[in-house]
Parts: sequence; C-alpha cells; structure tokens
Amino acid sequence: MRKTYDFHGGIHPPENKHQSVRTPIADAGIPPQLTVPLSQHIGAPAHPVVSIGDHVLKGQVIAEARGFVSVPKHAPSSGSVIAIEDRLIAHPSGHLAPCIVIATDGKDEWLQRQIPPDYQALKKTELIDLIRNAGIAGMGGAGFPSSVKLSVKEGTHIETLIINGTECEPYITADDILMRERADQIIEGTKILRHIIAPQETLIGVENNKPEGLAALRAAAEGTGIEIVEFPTKYPSGGEKQLIEIITGKQVPSGGLPSQVGVVCQNLGSAVAIYEAVVLGHPLISRITTVTGESVREPQNFQVLIGTPMRYLLEKAGYEAQKNNRLIMGGPMMGFTVPDSDVPIVKTTNCLLAPTESELPTPPPAQACIRCGLCAEACPVSLLPQQMFWFAQSKELEKLEEHNLFDCIECGACSYACPSNIPLVQYYRASKAEIVHLQHEHEKSEHSRIRFEARQERLDQAADEKEAKRAARKQAAEARAQQADGGAEDPIQAAIERAQAKKAAQQASGASTVSELERLEQAVVTTRKRLDTASTKLDQATAEGSDLVSALQLGVDKTRAKLEVAEQALQEFQQTPTVAPVEDSPTNAAQAAIEKAMAARASEAALSPSEKAQVQLEKLQQRLQKSQDTLARSRENGEDEKVIEALEASVARLTEKISAAQDQRNAGENA
Amino acid sequence: MALLRITSPHAHGPMSTQRVMQNVLLATVPGIIVLTHFFGFGTLVNVLFGSIVALLCESLALLLRKRPVGFYLKDCSALVTAFLLCIALPPYAPWWLITIGIASSILLAKQLYGGLGYNPFNPAMAGYVILLISFPVQMTAWAPPRGMGELPGLLEAIKACFLPASFDGITMATPLDIMRQNTGLLMEDLWQQNPQFGRWGGVGWEWANIAFLAGGAWLLYQRIFTWHAPLAMLASLSLLAALFYDGGSSASGGSPLFHLLSGATMFGAFFIVTDPVTSAVSLRGRLIYGALIGVLIYVIRVRGSYPDAVAFAVLIMNFAAPFIDYYTQPRTYGHNKKPEAK
Ligand code: SF4
Ligand code: SF4
Repeated sequence: MRKTYDFHGGIHPPENKHQSVRTPIADAGIPPQLTVPLSQHIGAPAHPVVSIGDHVLKGQVIAEARGFVSVPKHAPSSGSVIAIEDRLIAHPSGHLAPCIVIATDGKDEWLQRQIPPDYQALKKTELIDLIRNAGIAGMGGAGFPSSVKLSVKEGTHIETLIINGTECEPYITADDILMRERADQIIEGTKILRHIIAPQETLIGVENNKPEGLAALRAAAEGTGIEIVEFPTKYPSGGEKQLIEIITGKQVPSGGLPSQVGVVCQNLGSAVAIYEAVVLGHPLISRITTVTGESVREPQNFQVLIGTPMRYLLEKAGYEAQKNNRLIMGGPMMGFTVPDSDVPIVKTTNCLLAPTESELPTPPPAQACIRCGLCAEACPVSLLPQQMFWFAQSKELEKLEEHNLFDCIECGACSYACPSNIPLVQYYRASKAEIVHLQHEHEKSEHSRIRFEARQERLDQAADEKEAKRAARKQAAEARAQQADGGAEDPIQAAIERAQAKKAAQQASGASTVSELERLEQAVVTTRKRLDTASTKLDQATAEGSDLVSALQLGVDKTRAKLEVAEQALQEFQQTPTVAPVEDSPTNAAQAAIEKAMAARASEAALSPSEKAQVQLEKLQQRLQKSQDTLARSRENGEDEKVIEALEASVARLTEKISAAQDQRNAGENA
Repeated sequence: MALLRITSPHAHGPMSTQRVMQNVLLATVPGIIVLTHFFGFGTLVNVLFGSIVALLCESLALLLRKRPVGFYLKDCSALVTAFLLCIALPPYAPWWLITIGIASSILLAKQLYGGLGYNPFNPAMAGYVILLISFPVQMTAWAPPRGMGELPGLLEAIKACFLPASFDGITMATPLDIMRQNTGLLMEDLWQQNPQFGRWGGVGWEWANIAFLAGGAWLLYQRIFTWHAPLAMLASLSLLAALFYDGGSSASGGSPLFHLLSGATMFGAFFIVTDPVTSAVSLRGRLIYGALIGVLIYVIRVRGSYPDAVAFAVLIMNFAAPFIDYYTQPRTYGHNKKPEAK
C-alpha cells in the first residue's frame, strides 16, 4: 500500500451517501425544453452559431468557443432553437445569462458522428483540441475547461497524474456510482490522460468510504499500471490542493499551480467524458447528477442531458416541493442555493440536494465568538478563521490579507465547526469581494489621474496655441501698421515669427489626440517590457531557490498591476470619442467584482506562459473589435477627420500586435 | 415553501456554545461533590447563591446594554463564571463576599468589555483577585477538612452565608500555606507534623484535584477543548517542582505530586486555563500559554505571599495571550516553503 499523508484540520460531517446509491444510474430522458447556457464554466462565454428557428441535431455545435479559456456548446438532443436570450441560470449570484433554448422533438437524432482515429496515433495537441471541441470542462467545482489544465507548459516535468475520485462532499454519489458502474471507462479515460501528460505515475485517489467503487476500480485497473490510492475519509480531501498533499505530501505554493510540484489533477467525471469524446466521438452533452435529500422520495443518480430544467429532474425522483426548504446545487458544504427549480442543469451540476427543514435547518442567529479555536482546528489551509472573522467585522482589510484571506478555499469547515453558528465563510466572501473591489477602485482612480493629467496637458497646449496665434496676429497688425507708416522695420523677422506661430498652433491642435494615444501605448509597451524582465528574473530566482523570490514576486505583481492600469487607460482612451462609460449600480458592481475576481483568480491559477500569450491575444482581439466598432460609429456620426484618422491608426496598430502575438503563441506551442 | 437563498455551508456540526458551557458545568460536579464531602456544604451554598446572583447581574447588564436577555442568558456563560468563582472561594463565604465577587466578574470583567467573547481577562479569576486584594482575611479563611475539625451542617452553612455574624467557623491553614511558610523542616517531618498534608497534596485537596482531573478528562474526551494548554501547564509545574525538589530538604518547594494535587492545580488546569476566550488560540500558542502559567504558579506558590497562585498566573498570562497569538500564527498551506527547483 502506498503511503498517504494527512492534511491539517478537516471535519467529518455525516455522509448521507447511502440514500442515493441503492439503485443504478437511471436515464432522465428528454425534457420538452433544453436551456443551454452559453457560459457554464470559468472563462469567456461561447458565441452562438445557430439562429432562432434552426433545426439542430444531437451533438451539433450550437455555440463556438471564444478564446482559449472557453469551450464550445453542443445541442444535447435534436429539436429546434426557439430562443436565444437571457435566462435565469444556476449561479451563486442568481443572475441572468445568455442561453440557447431548444424545443426537443423527441427523436434524439444524432449528428453524423465522426469516430476519431486511435488516440495513440494522435499528437498531444490534437488530443487536447479534440477534448476542447467536445466541450469538456471540469465536472466538479469551478468547471475549468479540461483542455486548459492539460496544456501544461512545455518542459514542465510532471511526475504524477492524479484522478480525483474523492467526492468528499456529503450526499453526492455521482463519482461513486461511476466507479461502480463504469470503472472500465474511467480507466480508459485515465489512460488517454496519461498518454497526453506522460507522467511518471498515474493514480486515482479515492476516499475509503467507497469500498464498492474501490473494488470495481481495482479490478478494472488490473495490469494497466494505474494505481488506485485509498485514504481515510475526511472533508475536504477532494480539494485539489488537499488531495495533492494527501497523495504526495507536498503543498502547492500559494497562488501557484499543481504543476509546480509536478502534479496534474483531473476530475473522475472528466476522465469518463474524455473517454467518450476521444473513443466514441461524443461531445459532453450529458452528465451524472445525484438527486437527493429528504424532499425527494427516490434519491438516485441520473444520466441527464445538459440544459434539462432542474424541476424536470427532481420530479423524476419524486420531488415534494412543499417539503423542500432550499434547493442546493452541489453538496451541503460548498453548494449554493438556486433561486428557482426551473434553472437548467449544467456541466458542473454534480448534485441536486433538496433537503427538508429538519434535515438542514435554517441557521439560528449567530452568538458571540468564544475564541474556542475549533474553526482553526478544522481549517484545511491552517488559517486562523476566528482572527479573520474579527478583522472582517472591524473591516481591517490589510490585516485580513496578512492573515492570508486569499488562501481560504471557502470549504466551510470552519463554519461547520463553529459552536456559535457564526457564518464565517460569508464574512470571508464579502471581505474578499470588498478587497477586490477596492483594488479595482484604486486602479480606476489611478487611471483617471493619468487621464486628468493628459487632459490638463492638452488644455495647456491649447492655451499656448491661442496665445501664439494672438501674438502672431498682433505682430502682423503691428507690421501692417508700420508698413502703413511707411517704414518697413523687419518684414523677414515677422514672416519667421508667423511661420513659427503656425507650427505651434498645428502641434497644439492636430497632434493632441494622437500624441496621447501614443503616450498611453508607449506606457503599455514599456511596462510590458519591464514585466517581462521581472518575470524572467523571478523564474531564474525560483529555479535557483533564491531567497529573493518573494521580493521579486512582489515586483512582478506590482508591475503587472501597473500594466493593467496602463492597458485599461489605453483601452478607455480609445473608446472615449463616442462611448460614455457605463456605470454599474453599486450592488451590481460589488457582485461583478466578486465574479470578476473569482474568474480572474481561477483562470490565472491555471495559466502557463504560452497560455498567457493566448489570453493576451484574446484581449487584443477584443480590443480590436472594440476599436473597430468605435471607428465605424465615428464614421457614421461623421466625426472629425482627425479622430477617425487616430482611430484608424490604432486599429492598424492593434492588427499588427495581434499578428505578432499570434506568432509568439504559435512559437510557444511548437516549441 | 419559498426556496431559501443562503450561502454555504448548509450543514452545521453538532457543537454549540450552549452545549460547550453546559458540558463545562457538568464537568465541575464531581469536584463540587468531593469538596462538599471534605469541607461540608459551604461550597455548595456558594455555588447555588452565586449562580442566582450571576444570572441577575447578567440580566441587568444585558438590559442596560439593550440586548435580548433571553438569547444571551441561554449561552450559560454567566453560570459557568459563577460556578468557577464560587468553587474557588473559601467555603462558608458570606453573601456579600460572593455578591461582590460575582458582580465584579460579570459586570466589570465581562460585560464592561462587551460581553462574552470580548473580555480579555478570565471573569472568574478577575473577580477572585479583586476579592483577594480587597478582603484578604475572608479570602484566606479555609475550613478544616473532614477529620481535622467539626464539619458544619447544611443549615449552618446557609447561616454562614446569610448571617455571617452569627457563624463562628474554625479555619485552618492549607497545606500550601504551611509549605510556603516552612523554613526549617524537612519534607518528611513537615508531613509528619501536619496531619492535614494527607498522603500527597493535603486531606481533601488531593481528592478534589483528582475529581477535577476526572471532569477535565471527560471534557477532553468530549473535545470541548484541546489538551495543549492544560497539559503544558501541568508539565511545566511538575518540571519546576522536580527541579527544585532538592531531595526533600527544608528549602524544597514541595514534590511534583504535591503541587499537582494541592490547591487549585487541576481545577485551574482544566477549568480556568482552558477558558477559550482569554487564552491563546493557536495550538502552539496554547502550549506556550499553558506552560508559562505553570511556571508562574510554581514561582508564586513558592515565593509569593498569596494562598494560591492560579488566579494571578492566569491573569498575567491573559495579558500575554494576544502576543503569543501574534507570534505563533500557523504556517498557511503553501506558504514559506522553498519552491522545489525542477
Ligand atoms: S469556532 Fe466560532 S466561536 Fe470558536 S473561535 Fe472559531 S469563530 Fe469563534
Ligand atoms: S472556509 Fe476558509 S477559513 Fe474556513 S476552513 Fe475552509 S479554508 Fe479555512
């Protein structure tokens, strides 16, 4: 038996898993309507490629990926597109998002499928493309596109590939039932992943509360060299970082990637989806979802089409809506409540939990913190939740950051353990959002300062110009007067002065927009250069294990922040001629800040430099799009020629940059 | 039913602050029984009367602070304070002593700072020290244990409390007093000449300590607190006692066993040092916190001029707890580790 390690803290909530594994996976069937959100994961939403009224076949692409951290969407069944509009989706914020709605025809007609060639013969990049085109995104948690996680930076040495089969959240059995019923597919999918990553060892980590699943996996893995690792049940062992610590004993550096400790993690459900995509040619259009809780009469696991309304699925399990006090997507520890049972199942819906009030009671009012430290004992990240709570209450945001608030994985172990019922995680989420929001504000004010200064300069120039013109006029008048007097004092001098004044005037008026644009772009370019040098130094230092790492890291971070400010300033400047900035309402802004921060963190966490190049490329493309729009609008509005010229120049520059970035990325990928 | 919208986690553990406090109350029972057995009903009367005063004081403070009285009384923290202070008071204490002590604990040491969770000092020990400084005579009047003198009955105990003038209790020096004042006797002789020394820590005292140890062990088993602070305190106290035992000479401070089983050692270790609010929080911090209290207890017992040292030692360390916390922050996952050069 392989040695496993323990991580700090953790809790043992009641498992409540047996209810939903009594029967095999059931097919949920085809609901009358499917609502496919365009964004079901972190990253850019997909772009619809069908229109209302189109007939679509099962497996047909209905929305294309936009950008690297994005995957396409496929029709989960055949039917016709009846709406492309904003609908309520399952998201912590409970907001609307663009969806494609399909009225199914019940025929479930497949698109002509292409069975891919033997994966052994495919190149790594081809396989990753295949996985991406099948729309596979992490099937637990944040739903990070699998292809991004698999695109490990060239030259990174991966020792261990870990398939995460822990499923540590209470109630959920989607992975458990997969192990019991589809162990072969898990192993096949794992083999494909192993082929792509080429690690030294390949492991599947499973908690010891799933003996049947473990036995099935062991039997299926016989002779494949894939090791099944069993370890004690403890929440949250399924957290990626915790799992890595359990299996390798190593900790992923704060803010770093698993690949830095030689590990790549993939979800068990993703392994099966990858098997289906690579071997059978099926895109990801359905998943296994556990439907459980005391408000359903027959808790069980379903094979359900993406886009199926939750209510439809709940009813298949005998939903008793009147008993249900809240509807949770995910587990009781990290899941979030959905506003309405009409929202669709998405790729990350591993569980629908419909508890009764007695099962998961409404939390009683919080009592005072008695500093018992139970929360600190439970924290898997070794934070001091009670101190953070204290600082969150008194809004000491700096102290919060010092206490590593941003390392909190929001697992909820602290809240679970707290005898005073303090909703600790809620405080941390709010504080994180506030900090991110403030940073954003700071950047904004920094950026408006830059703009203010630029404007001041422009005004000064205009004043100078006026002054010069006035002087020139005066001089001309004097000259004329003198001529009239008969005595031509010095006409040559006057002519020279006139010419000078004219030149000054030209400089002052025509060049002002262009020059500011140039200045801002210059700022971006130089900052970017500085960032590059700093990053190189940091990489060196990291490789040598130098003490300077943290200092350098700080430098890099600062430069990056500056770069962002500069870029934003530039971008906004380019938009200003016609577009007025749209102000969010404060609540929306806060919410948006949360989402933005979450998305940024998650995507940053998984990017290697070549991926960053890709992201950069996308940003540029977006900017190009915007600039082009602005240009078109200015033309329509018959704007000043100078403005149009400037805009054209910026479009041209962006196009150039994009092709440069493309070259760079291609170079990175081929390296 | 309208669907609730609340954030995760949705599940909550079985522990509640109320349960923690109730467990602590329950765990003091063996100790109270033993004290009552050896010293008569004095302690019991203290505890009952003190509890009533505590509830009144707490309600008054909550009313003045415009807080919901019922909600806060339910956490039982006032009762815990009353139990702990009244166990520490000498049996047959007069009602006014108890009242002043409880009022100081609850009003000054706790509510004035903002109530449960905000008090920097252990309320029971703060009340105890205030009494000790203000009324040294009453506070050092310990009754003789069973077998060393007549034990007053229940009625007399009640009389002692409410009509202190009419109560004529006998008092007797505790073993700790005698030990501190000892100048010329070998340990062995000390034990022979003073029957109240009992076997190890004093008649009555040794059993009371064992009873509090048992209550504490039960709390540990219930995971109400961690072993770190109490064990560190007992360890450092024993270590010092062993170091300065001096072979039982007349300069000796007493054997480790004597220190462990005399005075308020076990009571302090499991019921005072473990007070979460006023102790250090991190586990490493609690080790340091407990160990330093052990050191202080030994020093004050042997060198100081007060009957027992637990209260002073704890209050001093209450001061230090925030600093200990500051310097013992645990290493967060993924921090301060040299990245592996690959
Ligand atoms: S568990 Fe709750 S009461 Fe205990 S220290 Fe943490 S926040 Fe305070
Ligand atoms: S939610 Fe954050 S602070 Fe609480 S236990 Fe989890 S990681 Fe620790």
